[in-house]
Amino acid sequence: MNQSFDKLLDARGLNCPMPLVNARKEVGKLEPGQVLKIIATDRGSVADFQGWAKIAKNVELIGQETESVDGANVYTHYVKRTG
Amino acid sequence: MGASFDTKAGADASRVQALEEKVQELAKRLQDLEERTPEDRVAIIVFSGDLDRVLAAFIIATGAAAMGQQVSMFFTFWGLSVLKKGTELSGKTLFQKMMALMSPDSSLSLPVSKMNYFGAGAKMLRSMMKEKNVSSLEDMIALARDLGVRAIACEMSRDVMGIKQSELAEGLECGGVASFLADSLKARTSLFI
Repeated sequence: MNQSFDKLLDARGLNCPMPLVNARKEVGKLEPGQVLKIIATDRGSVADFQGWAKIAKNVELIGQETESVDGANVYTHYVKRTG
Repeated sequence: MGASFDTKAGADASRVQALEEKVQELAKRLQDLEERTPEDRVAIIVFSGDLDRVLAAFIIATGAAAMGQQVSMFFTFWGLSVLKKGTELSGKTLFQKMMALMSPDSSLSLPVSKMNYFGAGAKMLRSMMKEKNVSSLEDMIALARDLGVRAIACEMSRDVMGIKQSELAEGLECGGVASFLADSLKARTSLFI
C-alpha cells in the first residue's frame, strides 16, 4: 500500500492499550484531513484501530496492512483526522 | 361564493393550528428523548483491590478515554487501596488500625486475585508484564490522569474503613452513590470490577 501520510508514529514493542493511546494523542495534533501512519507489533492493534474508527467521530481508518519483518509481524495503520 | 371562500380559509387556519400543535408536541418529545440518550461516556466501579482486576479496569479506562469517551472511575471498598499513597495509624480505632495494617499501602503492594502467595504472585505478574512491555499499573494510573479520566473516591467506604483523606492521592473527587449514578445513567457502558 502506497498511502501518503503527514506524520509517523512508531508504536513497535508497545502493548494494549498504548498504540491506541499514543495514536490518539498524535491525531489530536494533526489538522483535519491529515493522515497519521502508525506502525505496531501488537496483533490486537488491528482490531483496536477498527474499533476506534467505528466509535470516534473525528477519525477515519483509511488503510491497514500486515507485513512480516525478520519473521515478526508488523502492523501498519493509516488514520485520517476528519474533523 | 364569498361565504364558501371564508369557510375554506377557516378550515385552512384550523388545519395550520393543528399542525403547529403537533410540531410542538413532537419537538418536546424529541427533547425528552435527547435528554435520555446516552452520552459517549463510560462509568467504572473499582470495588476490587486485586492487581489483576485493577489493571483490567485501567486498561479499559485508558482505552476508552483514547477512543474519545468521557470516563469516570469510582473507587470503593478494597479499590480505595489503589488511590493510597501511604498508611497512617494515628487517630484510628483498633479495628481501623488492624484493617490498615492488613491492607496494601498503595497500588504498589496490591495482591493478585489468584496465586498471590504472600505477594510473590503479584511480583511475578509485574515482572511478566514488564517482559512483554505492558505498561505498569502506576504508568496506567498516570496515563488515566493525563487523559482526563475522573477518579472519585467513595466517601462512605473510605470513612467505614478508616482511610483518611490524607492517605489518598491528591486531586481526587469524593462522592457517593448518586455521583456514580449521575454518570452511569448517562453512560453507554457501566462496569463493576
